[in-house]
Amino acid sequence: MSDAAGEWPAAAAARLVAAGAGAGARAGDADGVGDPVRVLVGLGRALDSAGLRIGPDRVAEAVRAAVALDPNRRTDLYWAGRLTLCANPDDVPKYDAVFAALTEGDVPRLRPRPQHLVRAVPVTLAVPDAGLAEDDEEAEEGADTVLRAAASTIETLRHKDVTTLGAAERAALDRALAALSLPGESRPSRRRRPSPHPGAVDPRRTVRALLRSGGEPVRPRWTRRSVRPRPVVLLVDVSGSMSGYADVLLRFAHAATRRRGVRTEVFTLGTRLTRVTREMAGPDPERAMGAVAAAVPDWSGGTRLGALLREFLDRWGQRGVARGAVVVIMSDGWERDDPAVLGAQMRRLALLAHRVVWCNPRAGRPGFAPLAGGLAAALPYVDDFVSGHSLAALEQLARIVAGVEVRGA
Amino acid sequence: MLRYPGEGGRLDGRGLLPVGVESPADLVGRLAEVGYLADEGLATAAYLALRLHRPLFCEGEAGVGKTELAKALASVLDAPLIRLQCYEGIEASQALYDWDFPRQLLHLRTAETAPDFDPATVEAELWSRRFLVARPLLQALETSPSVLLVDEVDRADDEFEAFLLEVLSDFSVTVPELGTLRADVPPAVVVTSNRTRDVHDALKRRCYYHWLEHPEFEREVAIVRLRVPEASDRLCAEVTAAAHALRDADLLKPPGIAETVDWAQALAALGAPGLDPGLAAATLGAVVKYREDVERVRALDVGALVTRAVMGA
Repeated sequence: MSDAAGEWPAAAAARLVAAGAGAGARAGDADGVGDPVRVLVGLGRALDSAGLRIGPDRVAEAVRAAVALDPNRRTDLYWAGRLTLCANPDDVPKYDAVFAALTEGDVPRLRPRPQHLVRAVPVTLAVPDAGLAEDDEEAEEGADTVLRAAASTIETLRHKDVTTLGAAERAALDRALAALSLPGESRPSRRRRPSPHPGAVDPRRTVRALLRSGGEPVRPRWTRRSVRPRPVVLLVDVSGSMSGYADVLLRFAHAATRRRGVRTEVFTLGTRLTRVTREMAGPDPERAMGAVAAAVPDWSGGTRLGALLREFLDRWGQRGVARGAVVVIMSDGWERDDPAVLGAQMRRLALLAHRVVWCNPRAGRPGFAPLAGGLAAALPYVDDFVSGHSLAALEQLARIVAGVEVRGA
Repeated sequence: MLRYPGEGGRLDGRGLLPVGVESPADLVGRLAEVGYLADEGLATAAYLALRLHRPLFCEGEAGVGKTELAKALASVLDAPLIRLQCYEGIEASQALYDWDFPRQLLHLRTAETAPDFDPATVEAELWSRRFLVARPLLQALETSPSVLLVDEVDRADDEFEAFLLEVLSDFSVTVPELGTLRADVPPAVVVTSNRTRDVHDALKRRCYYHWLEHPEFEREVAIVRLRVPEASDRLCAEVTAAAHALRDADLLKPPGIAETVDWAQALAALGAPGLDPGLAAATLGAVVKYREDVERVRALDVGALVTRAVMGA
């Protein structure tokens, strides 16, 4: 978005609308906001580059709304823009920041900020400290071994930049991700489809057939319930302890979002909860990874699984995202806070979700025991526990998500 | 006369705005007269929706007054409210129109016995408007003026959103046997969503999008006072303060305005002059709806919460 102001198509569209609307939109500067069209075009541009996907139509709509109000009043201009340019609640804080900056003449800040901030904890698990809980200590001891053991299998894939992969590794990755083209788990839908077999009578089709035959009785037509794929929710831990695996797991998540007809939501867990479903959109994994990297504010921080899971359930899960879904948590289960919080939230999740799958890349180590505090608290509520340390393990995970294989490691 | 939303040259039109409403502030006044206290943002959104014939897409927590807005707009416009409650599996035949097959059959049978039976005429009659049953969306297009409420659109599946697109952008319905039916004057449309899933952008782009927040304290007290006239001013203020405290208490389902009003109603029915810990604990079920939340509020000590709320109010 570095082209000159005049090149942006929305600017031209907005000018046209304003010109059609008469002088109102171009006139004075009564409230110190500046030229309203300029402000709205600037808003559109800035928000577009902040990832809101605003086309010329939206900006033209904003100008139309402003003209219908009093375009020289700051609040009217604010609402005209907000009602037309925002499309979900997370857009509003971005819009507010850009609007404030534009109407006061400052440079707009484009960095997206999550609306609900969780208190950030300055913790990195890369450097173990002495104050760790007992079971954490045990896990910490083995950390290096685990990383090395796992590293031998997906060594190259662990690098952030997958473009350096050799042909063989890339093919292997593709194979792992192709397993996701399997149809997902399904459930009966309320929607009905015509069926050749006796079931519920379809009055519409039956009577239509009757009319066609001039009112003479015909064989009744039937319907059956159609099936819908269950939604899939992926929660990917991107904290420091998972830094080697996060990239591959996010690529896996991207492949999962590409499946047709399956509603897939992706969130990252670090010090904060970030929804990256929108960033994952689009067929190109490289672009998607770039967008996700820009959107996630807390790569390699500490983990607060319990608090984040609660935030997920409060803001998304309970209202519908997790209901009847296959929920996959990709984490090593290292919890800095009280494991009891995680346990309670896992219980909530288990009640809402159809199936809870926990994917722990560290589970690939021979003799692995789920002793990390959080993991131990969560396991009673997990339906499938699998490892995600290698391509083979990811293939298995894909099959489990698709419902082909039940019961993993 | 056919109108298209947002088309050039119509900008000077007043749309559906009632006489005497010249600005969002005027609309705030009209809405207040019918018992709905809107803030500036919501009034601006409704003003634009009425003036420019755009659907208004309201999203927000349960119980912030999304559905009530449609009812209030219907009162202000003195127009019938036509409601379409969405649910999973809802189909065009339940939302748009359906053919009245039994009546068609009867008509066919009757026509056949008539001496001057002409198949071509009867067939044309069979697929005419008189055998079409209008469901809410078509009803709204045919009734003018009217307010169409598409409630909880997020409960319908995405296939259904596609049906809505034609109705909400062109205010027309295409019936293959009849052709395209258009609204003379488009209805005012309010679409609500609780955000259990993301509604498709194509639908939102055709609407004004408004995210409703819980109102600030004074406005909520005013709403409770308006809705529960039998409650004392003191009770209204104290109940609202307590509800605000509960919203900060990290509950699974924080109380909405609807819950605050229910609570005030329950307490007023008990003849309470104000909120006290005993009564609050006894009527907690009006405001907190999950067992976990009830336990949490009990653990927080209802008494202390109420005392603090009362002090604050």
